[in-house]
Amino acid sequence: MVLTGAEIVIRCLQEEKVEHVFGYPGGAVLFIYDALFQQEQVRHVLVRHEQAAVHAADGYARSTQKVGVALVTSGPGATNAVTGIATAFCDSIPLVIISGQVPTAAIGQDAFQEVDTVGITRPCVKHNFLVKDVRDIAATIKKAFYLARTGRPGPVLVDIPKDVSMHKCEFEYPQEISMRSYNPVVKGHQGQIRKAVQLLLEARRPMIYTGGGVILSDAAEQLTKLTRLLGFPITNTLMGLGGYPASDRQYLGMPGMHGTYEANMAMHYSDVLLAVGARFDDRVIGSPAHFAEEPRKIIHVDIDPSSISKRVKVDVPIVGDVREVLDEMIRQLEAGKARPNAEALAAWWKQVEEWRSRNCMVYKNSDEIIKPQFVVQKLWEVTGGDAIVTSDVGQHQMWASQYYRFDKPRRWLNSGGLGTMGVGMPYAMGAQLANPGATVACVTGEASIQMNIQELSTCKQFRLPIKICNLNNRYLGMVRQWQELFHGGRYSESYMDSLPDFAKLAEAYGHVGIRVDKPADVEPALREAFTKHKNELVFLDFQVDPTENVYPMVQGGKGLTEMILSAEDL
Amino acid sequence: MRHVISLLIENESGALSRVSGLFSARGYNIESLTVAPTEDASMSRMTIVTTGSDDIIEQITKQLNKLVEVVKVVDISEAAHIERELMLIKLRATGKDREEVKRTADIFRARIIDVTEASYVVELTGNQAKLDAFIGAIDNTLILETVRSGICGVGRGDRILKL
Ligand SMILES: Cc1cc2nc3c(=O)[nH]c(=O)nc-3n(C[C@H](O)[C@H](O)[C@H](O)COP(=O)(O)OP(=O)(O)OC[C@H]3O[C@@H](n4cnc5c(N)ncnc54)[C@H](O)[C@@H]3O)c2cc1C
Ligand SMILES: Cc1ncc(C[n+]2csc(CCOP(=O)(O)OP(=O)(O)O)c2C)c(N)n1
Ligand SMILES: [Mg+2]
Repeated sequence: MVLTGAEIVIRCLQEEKVEHVFGYPGGAVLFIYDALFQQEQVRHVLVRHEQAAVHAADGYARSTQKVGVALVTSGPGATNAVTGIATAFCDSIPLVIISGQVPTAAIGQDAFQEVDTVGITRPCVKHNFLVKDVRDIAATIKKAFYLARTGRPGPVLVDIPKDVSMHKCEFEYPQEISMRSYNPVVKGHQGQIRKAVQLLLEARRPMIYTGGGVILSDAAEQLTKLTRLLGFPITNTLMGLGGYPASDRQYLGMPGMHGTYEANMAMHYSDVLLAVGARFDDRVIGSPAHFAEEPRKIIHVDIDPSSISKRVKVDVPIVGDVREVLDEMIRQLEAGKARPNAEALAAWWKQVEEWRSRNCMVYKNSDEIIKPQFVVQKLWEVTGGDAIVTSDVGQHQMWASQYYRFDKPRRWLNSGGLGTMGVGMPYAMGAQLANPGATVACVTGEASIQMNIQELSTCKQFRLPIKICNLNNRYLGMVRQWQELFHGGRYSESYMDSLPDFAKLAEAYGHVGIRVDKPADVEPALREAFTKHKNELVFLDFQVDPTENVYPMVQGGKGLTEMILSAEDL
Repeated sequence: MRHVISLLIENESGALSRVSGLFSARGYNIESLTVAPTEDASMSRMTIVTTGSDDIIEQITKQLNKLVEVVKVVDISEAAHIERELMLIKLRATGKDREEVKRTADIFRARIIDVTEASYVVELTGNQAKLDAFIGAIDNTLILETVRSGICGVGRGDRILKL
């Protein structure tokens, strides 16, 4: 069948079973929008800013196993998308971004709305393409989806000049794709896995540390099975929350800068550390030199060889997909008779429980002023711990990760690697569209939410009943906290003056707005939002204590055992 | 430590900037980089001379392998290998310098490939040290232009980098 390039683009999306495309039209993509108009299978979600299009596609991907898709025009459309692309890149999220480009003949002529999109995005995509011939569109889009979802996932951009979208050719979607230069290893090396299992069985102070890789490979089930089989303590990074049920006894909470005392101490003093789909980030291990002071054997499972021995020297590297490798570990353990040393394990758990008994997550609640932690706890209760929770970046993000207990994967969506303020609402939009029946809450701050506040309009148009919980402390709280602790209390530009009345703002967009001032009103307001206004977007503006800080804390550059547990430690 | 990394890469536009971008973005050194198509025109071969600790070189090879268009990467300096560089050097050649330049070129088995009344262009191939030595042996004030290709490398014997 002979089709235009634009029609081919849409047919490719249909072939990939894409249901939602998040985008914003413009000159260079007019033919593609025209083709989109003439079919019904692929639904377009018109955002109000291209950054939000990419974030929403990203949230869509994070909450499912699918590839998120965004469509933007050339020039400013593409540059607006860059923050979204970089955010997905840093957290290894599979996306396909289609951008329009000026006609081939105009490329390099400083044409209207021309930017070198492939050049600008090169350092923050897994791969990108400029399609110069209509006959290459189908194969390129096929490759883009394949690259985005396999190996270590990531965003892939396809730049299509306007004339290429207008030209015609015969359409045929390739069934198979093979690339001689790209063959990610999926199955782990048998011998290495055997070595790892041996080490685990001999361990006296074992610890399991897992991250985003477990979520990305949909291996929560395998991880839970293996962890229970071994009986070891486990911690999940900010990106790995929900990989193991947070309410289980073996779970020690999150590690790292704002992780729990018990998780950090157990990471540090373990003799065998099993790292799975986690990348020893600086916000997790603090100073690598301090971490290396304590001798321990490290097993590292990761699909990307460059993640292994990058920041921390590893003893047993296993390159492969988490799910495949854990399956094989379980198989080997179950086939053998050997079990971990019960006596050593009991002694280790005694030590771990001692650390846990420090109760590092307690905070002083108040009857007068709303504590942000309290709001998150109540949110957890009211939603039965089963909501999809998105977050922005700052103190509220940390409190959401600490006080909402995630028992399942793909329930916690946030920007860990790039730390992009403004992702919260678009993530919630993507998640709600992907999971129409699910309860979706966005825990945000008064500064972050303003970075993409225009999306309240998109939410109205597409009737997205998300619940926004604004922990309004009138400060760039996380910045204020660092200024308080490390810059002599000089609050340079961290006060958020001239805030809007968020409840009224939400109403102006056609939503429900509720302002909450007193602790006693927190739970009733949440109940009202999640029951009475179940099918509406509710903006809950909680006036929280502006002076509250996030604890525990490992200061940047310090070691995991050098924690500040509360303000009293200062 | 100095390393010579050879790689095969899909011969597509932008492939070179992916490699050079990787080095600048991650702060790796590039001493020289050469690239040209192989006998299979769909693939190019690149030789990169770089320096770094063992950990950094390990990351460099891993990061290069991760580039979608890179087909194969080998650190050829890990074992016996040959390096060659081509230099074209234009020298002032007048009066008694004419004879002196010719003699030095002969000693180095270089060839004079362009002659005018006032200048020679000398072609010299060898490893880096040999080219440096030639420049050292020539009176510096005679040098009008120097063009060096950067290093090409290949493993000795049956060490073969092929698809
Ligand atoms: C304000 C702020 C504070 C933060 N504080 C903390 C903190 O206290 N604690 C914390 O943990 N984080 C914290 N972070 C997040 C931190 O910056 C990192 O984003 C995070 O720790 C990285 O998580 P990860 O190690 O799980 O790696 P990810 O970024 O999730 O990477 C996943 C890894 O898994 C691999 N992988 C992917 N797919 C597969 C597969 N199928 N099979 C095998 N491997 C796979 C990838 O190659 C990669 O190495 C904070 C962020 C912000 C913004
Ligand atoms: C786009 C962007 N700009 C700046 C920052 C730096 N930053 C990190 S947290 C933060 C403050 C966030 O304030 P708010 O959303 O109110 O959250 P709070 O910390 O008060 O809970 C800032 C400015 C960032 N992460 N992202
Ligand atoms: Mg704030």
